[in-house]
Amino acid sequence: MSKVEYLDNIIDRFGPHLHDEPDGGWLSDRVIDKVVDTHCPYCGMQCGLKLLVEQDKVVGLEPRYDFPVNEGRLCPKGVTAYLQTHHPDRLEYPLIKRKGVFERASWDEALDLVVSKLRGLQEEYGKDAVAVYSGSSLTTEKTYLVGKFARVALGTRYIDYNGRLCMASAAAGNNKAFGIDRAANPWSDIPFAEVLIIAGANCAETFPIINGFLWKQRDNGGVWIVIDPRETPTARQGDIHLQLRPGTDAAVTNGILNVLINEKLIDQAFIDSRTNDWEATREVALKYTPDVASQISGVPAEKIVQAGMVYGRAKTGMIMHARGIEHHSNGTENVLSYINIVLATGKIGAKGRGYGTITGQGNGQGGREHGQKADQLPGYRSMLNPEHRKYVAGVWGIDESELPEAGVSAVEMFSKMRDGEIRGLLSICSNMMVSLPDTNKVRESLEALDFNVCIDFFMSEAARYADVVLPGTTWAEDEGTTTSGEGRVIKINKAIKPPGEARRDWDMLQDIAHRLGRGKYFTFSSPEDIFDELRLASKGGKADYYGISYEKIERQNGVFWPCPSEESEGTPRLFEEKFAHDDGKARFHAIEYKGAAEQPDDKYPLVFTSGRIVHQYLSGNQTRRIGFLVQQCPEPFVEIHPETAMKYQINDGERIKVISRRGEGVFPALVVNTIRRDTIFIPYHWGEQLAANQITNAALDPTSKIPEFKACAARIEKIHSRELPILGKGRKGRSASEVQRGK
Amino acid sequence: MMQETMFIDPQRCIGCRSCVAACRECGTHKGYSMIFVDYLDRAETTATMPTICMHCNEPTCAQVCPADAIKQTEDGVVLSALKPRCLDCRNCVNACPFGVPKYNSAMHLQMKCDMCYDRTSEGLKPMCASVCPTGALTFGKYQDVVPLRRTKPVNVHVFGNQKVETKVFLMLPTDEEAVDVDGCGVFEGRLGVDPSIHESWIDTQVEETDKGNEF
Ligand code: SF4
Ligand code: SF4
Ligand code: SF4
Repeated sequence: MSKVEYLDNIIDRFGPHLHDEPDGGWLSDRVIDKVVDTHCPYCGMQCGLKLLVEQDKVVGLEPRYDFPVNEGRLCPKGVTAYLQTHHPDRLEYPLIKRKGVFERASWDEALDLVVSKLRGLQEEYGKDAVAVYSGSSLTTEKTYLVGKFARVALGTRYIDYNGRLCMASAAAGNNKAFGIDRAANPWSDIPFAEVLIIAGANCAETFPIINGFLWKQRDNGGVWIVIDPRETPTARQGDIHLQLRPGTDAAVTNGILNVLINEKLIDQAFIDSRTNDWEATREVALKYTPDVASQISGVPAEKIVQAGMVYGRAKTGMIMHARGIEHHSNGTENVLSYINIVLATGKIGAKGRGYGTITGQGNGQGGREHGQKADQLPGYRSMLNPEHRKYVAGVWGIDESELPEAGVSAVEMFSKMRDGEIRGLLSICSNMMVSLPDTNKVRESLEALDFNVCIDFFMSEAARYADVVLPGTTWAEDEGTTTSGEGRVIKINKAIKPPGEARRDWDMLQDIAHRLGRGKYFTFSSPEDIFDELRLASKGGKADYYGISYEKIERQNGVFWPCPSEESEGTPRLFEEKFAHDDGKARFHAIEYKGAAEQPDDKYPLVFTSGRIVHQYLSGNQTRRIGFLVQQCPEPFVEIHPETAMKYQINDGERIKVISRRGEGVFPALVVNTIRRDTIFIPYHWGEQLAANQITNAALDPTSKIPEFKACAARIEKIHSRELPILGKGRKGRSASEVQRGK
Repeated sequence: MMQETMFIDPQRCIGCRSCVAACRECGTHKGYSMIFVDYLDRAETTATMPTICMHCNEPTCAQVCPADAIKQTEDGVVLSALKPRCLDCRNCVNACPFGVPKYNSAMHLQMKCDMCYDRTSEGLKPMCASVCPTGALTFGKYQDVVPLRRTKPVNVHVFGNQKVETKVFLMLPTDEEAVDVDGCGVFEGRLGVDPSIHESWIDTQVEETDKGNEF
């Protein structure tokens, strides 16, 4: 059991501290030894960029104009990403916690301890007593290796990853409707759509570079319909904004479908020839007249009609969505209800006609394809399918009976820790103390563990709870592939050596496997070596990477999967002729509106929702250490409508308490007209007492097991503090550690 | 002669400040950003506006410089003050109608956006326009950029009796011939009201990080 006893001490040693200039300062007379073409480590756009290297140090960046997705463009995270590399907070040697304090250890000592503890727990309580929790910011090679490591080296069924918090609903919806989980079109199709529906996606802040494509579409005369509870920059720039109550998407989509049916704007020929199960969906949609949909969602009926008419009448159109519709206890249904609109109008399978999801994590797509999900094996094969199990066991050289069963999803894994069923944890590249809902419960889970080992390159809020922390590498110190939100496999290139004694994550995992006596299954000498096995393991699967090679990625500036053979150039656009279900047809799903698991009531009258800002990436473990990014937004805030603020006598900037049934936090109020009167919003990138996830609800979607981050009941209290946010008092921002300690 | 220039389309700006981060990477003023991005009125809207040097055809900053330290290149780019000449007088800082030049106390030097002359004179794009995700800042030739847009390029700005023509174009959604700063509505309705009452603390934050007239 490991508690965090000396938080100040940890923060002083490991940060977050701010780092804001290249090593050696901003010099104009640098002699650059090499320029490395690579990609941004953050979101699913995976923008191309060049790193400038001087004497094995990354000292700057240069836009990379030759990568077709971003053509030089970068958001502020991308511009400053290189500052991660020689950051004073970097973990450079293994750490073992003794009497609550992290002490430097040698690799041998640390790994021996890890292996003896994990093995001891497995001997005493069975193989499944140890769990693995991973992340989708890892390269695909690493995610593949983590999956194999859990099943072959540890033999545990409990493995899951933080993609469960990200795109699990999109994946589940796509699989149910289309039979495959990938964006249907490349981003380059966007400018050719007459109309775009952008739902629950604050593209401007979460996926900035896609805006280039969106504006090309606009320049071509296109229209944007934005569906979002907040007037985000994307919603503001859109032509029609449906500002719905959080969690009521299925009512709006059924309302739109109702308009499409009544106005005869559906494509009956497409429905007949290429889809199944339309009738039941049609019947449900007929119940949701614009008035009914309006009553549920709070969107004026005329706007629902307008949206239906505009999308329906257009010859081409695309729908894109993100976490706003997916982070719900009915997230999968929300996704399916949007796909119903796509299918009913036949707007899919061609240039400018399509569908896509917006990926939060850098490798959100690749990370979910190759076996770090509780129920999946490489190539999107299923843990539950005997044929699939047999094939992958064959590639791995083990007997099928040795493969564990499917495990459980992320949030469920953490409740098993509290129950004592899971006693040891190995986590890699994931900051559960910020990213999981209901963080007070997550803390209990981590504190309940007998042994906890964490691999990361910065001391994250979750790593503080570990018994052993192993220093890994940043994206600039290793190579490998990731798969961007459009399904394009790209290559991250190595620019510099890992610092100090830090080791590449895959090399470290292999070392542990060797020490566990399973070395013969882990003999990879490079990421490319791992990739070659991954190609084979995915061969014939839905996510078929067999025909992709590092050389082909380089040559083509990325390869879209599926790419089943060496001759294939990959598949940028899906569904041109058929869908991926066995009969080649897509499926409609009749979706009734159900609403959030927790509805506002007298005690908790407001709807709380969470999301992101452009200057931070996910749990902030990487970005809360970059001076420029922190300065732009040093702490979270709570957006509140002026009328609601008036009711509670709250002034702009005043600190208020936000409370739900699970926890509470104090945040400065940002009084803005851009949010609904019944809704409040906090960005979630911070930890400890600044965590929005103290408030959120861990209710799960039954299919995707995604938590309901985007809607729960909350109340606010004025705390009679006249203190304004520190920045209002004339200081130029606080260090992240000051913020962390609430100073 | 450099034919390319900058086009600013405030409608597209998403306030990401990628431009601000990227400007720090320019070769000539390493570490200092010469571009500013402001919320217009965060209480009302998420709209933001980037400000770079407009590269006036007859630059007031250069005209008021007693030391002739601010040079304009043949292709119309107005450069930062020349270090040996700059007198610390800050006339330029006060004179610029767009509020662009900043004074660098540590270096005793006026600094301003020079359209990344180190890059643009070698055929590269300025840092800010290279990275801007939306095209709110675009660098290119008039004949290449304008036909692709549905906005109107304007480079005449009216400040009371002063009419300023600039090398840089603002892309506006209307049929305006000029930007009439006195009458554009931005300052209307606010007279007699204490502006701090309306200003969101987020605006204040930006003021403090971006808008001081000194580095
Ligand atoms: S965070 Fe995403 S949008 Fe921003 S530069 Fe990186 S990949 Fe591009
Ligand atoms: S980079 Fe572009 S979109 Fe972002 S703040 Fe600057 S001008 Fe606006
Ligand atoms: S043109 Fe260059 S100097 Fe001017 S604001 Fe942009 S990046 Fe900075």
